[in-house]
Amino acid sequence: MKMKTIKTCVTALISALLVFSPVAYADKWSDQFPHIKTTGDIPGECSYESMSKKDYSGKTLKINTHAVPVMGEPTALHAEQFAKLTGAKVDVTHTPAGDLYAKAMVPFQAGQAPYDIVFGFSNFINDWRRYLEPVPKKYVEMKQMQDVTPSHIGVASWDGVMYQFPVDGDRHYLKYRKDVIDNPEYQKKYKADTGKELRVPQTWKEYGEMAAYFNDWDWDGDGEKEYGSAEVMKKDDLMYAAFYSRSAAYSKNPKTPGGFFFDLDTMTPLINNPGFVEALTDWVAATKYVPPGGINFGLGDEIGSFGGGQTLFSFSWDDAFVAAMQPDSPINNKVGAAQLPGAMKVWNRKSNSWDEGFNQAPFFVWGWAVGVAKKSKEKEMAFDYLCFFANEANHQADIGIGRFGVNPFRNDDFKAEVWTQIGWDKDIAESYVDTLAKMEESKNRVFPLRVPGTFEFNAALATAAAKALAGQLSPQAALDEAAKQWNDILNRVGKDNVRKAYSVGVAMEDNKL
Amino acid sequence: MNFKHKFVFLFPGLFVLIGILIFPIIFTIRLSLSGWNSYTPEMNFIGITNYIRLFTDDPRFWESFFRLSFLSVTTVILQYVIGFALALMVWREIKFKRFFRVIFLIPMMTTPVIMTVIWRTFFHESLGPVNDLLGNIGVKPILWLSDPVIAKFTVIIVEVWQWTPFMFLLLLAGLLSLPKEPFLAAAIDGASPFRKFVYVTFPLMAPISIGAIIIRLIEASKIMDTVFVLTSGGPGTATETSSFYIYIKGLREFQMGYAATLSFTYLVIMIISLTIIAKVLTKLMIKE
Repeated sequence: MKMKTIKTCVTALISALLVFSPVAYADKWSDQFPHIKTTGDIPGECSYESMSKKDYSGKTLKINTHAVPVMGEPTALHAEQFAKLTGAKVDVTHTPAGDLYAKAMVPFQAGQAPYDIVFGFSNFINDWRRYLEPVPKKYVEMKQMQDVTPSHIGVASWDGVMYQFPVDGDRHYLKYRKDVIDNPEYQKKYKADTGKELRVPQTWKEYGEMAAYFNDWDWDGDGEKEYGSAEVMKKDDLMYAAFYSRSAAYSKNPKTPGGFFFDLDTMTPLINNPGFVEALTDWVAATKYVPPGGINFGLGDEIGSFGGGQTLFSFSWDDAFVAAMQPDSPINNKVGAAQLPGAMKVWNRKSNSWDEGFNQAPFFVWGWAVGVAKKSKEKEMAFDYLCFFANEANHQADIGIGRFGVNPFRNDDFKAEVWTQIGWDKDIAESYVDTLAKMEESKNRVFPLRVPGTFEFNAALATAAAKALAGQLSPQAALDEAAKQWNDILNRVGKDNVRKAYSVGVAMEDNKL
Repeated sequence: MNFKHKFVFLFPGLFVLIGILIFPIIFTIRLSLSGWNSYTPEMNFIGITNYIRLFTDDPRFWESFFRLSFLSVTTVILQYVIGFALALMVWREIKFKRFFRVIFLIPMMTTPVIMTVIWRTFFHESLGPVNDLLGNIGVKPILWLSDPVIAKFTVIIVEVWQWTPFMFLLLLAGLLSLPKEPFLAAAIDGASPFRKFVYVTFPLMAPISIGAIIIRLIEASKIMDTVFVLTSGGPGTATETSSFYIYIKGLREFQMGYAATLSFTYLVIMIISLTIIAKVLTKLMIKE
């Protein structure tokens, strides 16, 4: 009898361990590094276990990354872990986003390598690639790399050569307040007042109508006014990306391959065609339904505003959504994700007219990217660090922390269980991964501009759009001004140089790569 | 004494001068004649192409220059008027004179970037305390940073707050060094405080005033940190100044050659205009 009781207890104990093991993995690495407490170490070429076998004692790795927290915090955290595991000394320098390009480019051009690893944005690739070491074959063929989606392999590569080590995956999508859009009372009220359905907006026009309706009143009963939408509208703070997102549905016509930003044949800028003008006209109208001061919102403000429960909608990178879903957020599990709204017409530049009918185009906006300097004397250690940064355990922990700025780019990330295990409601996790997966599957995608002089093109566009938002110019006049500047830049850089580079992006958009 | 030996003693100073002043200017001029940018990373020679672009095809630079002129002249006038008033106040025998002198200097002692971040928080249209306070007395939220006109005045408010103490300090030092006799004579003649100020204090302070105004104009014409932190030149380009525009072209867009052209042209314009302003002020304020 006694023996039977002991057997039962032992069986129960083993069963309990097996049942609870997916929730909290206790291994020797997660004890030392609580960051990976949810998964423990996950075996792989760059796992904690593998890195602990390397010895970089007496060597120093120098990294230039973004300011804390976005990307700067995970860089520093993984640097500290890497140093503990390998004995290396890792110096991390933090730099504001606007200076990342120049801080790497000045020494690059001078033939120096003050940093072994440089962080930047994926659209720097064309300017930086001649100074970066291609990712060695052994890393490209690793298991953890095989799981990266084809879109993000494409974003990190140029002409089939990978220059940037994938650590982040970015796209713009719509975020909305589920507790409002799915609320039957509000649905009834909205229908009664406007005659229209309250639903996840299918078009930018619907987005505008709903945002205007839910603007400047307390619709969540917290005693504070809420507003329609939080958007990145501040010039020089990535607002050009927000504009491209709004433009894609009106201007990316699947019937007219051969360029979204330029007509690849003639290299004529397309940014002042009626599709882009329509998008900018919508955006100018949006200044009426953003929170006071919303016209000056940068990315941080947008994350804080939507993530803090101030607005009904938002669209940009994942960070605001993940921030809203963190346990300490006031709107935890009250948000939904969907693809960017579409449009009921799309400009056809061949026929010079609108094609009527629903059109939608996801924007694979640039994300954080990182490379190893060609002149670095510690290339092996640098690639090992990056591989460790993006190993499966670190990656799964990083993507659940909004402020880290590390977003999904692996096939495994598109499984709802990854998100439910960090506390997301099942239906939200499913709608989130479904949104991301559909974007990957889309055949009408827009990729960021990655040509020589990318900065100049985007800055000219941002300045013009900002003038329209501030009421200094009409949308058409602003975009005509931008198109003129794009032509000037083309002449300075050389049309053929830009065409050659742009053709790579166009091939991706036209599903030829 | 051997003349050559005397000359040798000048060399260290001369080397320093060449190193920190002449060389950077010559290098900037050479850079301005090149097309150095992210895709042509070399000091090639493109003649005056950049200058032609600046004078024929860059209205944004000239707009930013005129905006800068408006901002710097307005801020310096306000700083002068307020600074002079405060200096006059603590020049007299008043209670807590030393306390006020220290208090008035505090803004100048703070770090401009940090203070601008704090001002930006104050003026934040939806979360800042200024609109909150105004809301309590029934005033609608003011678009301190997002209205093209109001944003300029917000920049002016921050600049005046930060740099009026500098003007105050110079003018107070000037007031304390004035001779007593003209004031005694005016008192014996029974001059009113107003007439004393107009006919004695102000004329005696003219040389110091001109110096203070010119120093502040030079500083104000370099305004960058306040604009960078407060508005980033926005909304649109409504608060973009020359130095901020040059920064964008040089370090954001990496057009190093063109940014050098802008810098050198700006330097020449500033030297000419400040020389003219100094002459005009001397003529207006100092009577023979």
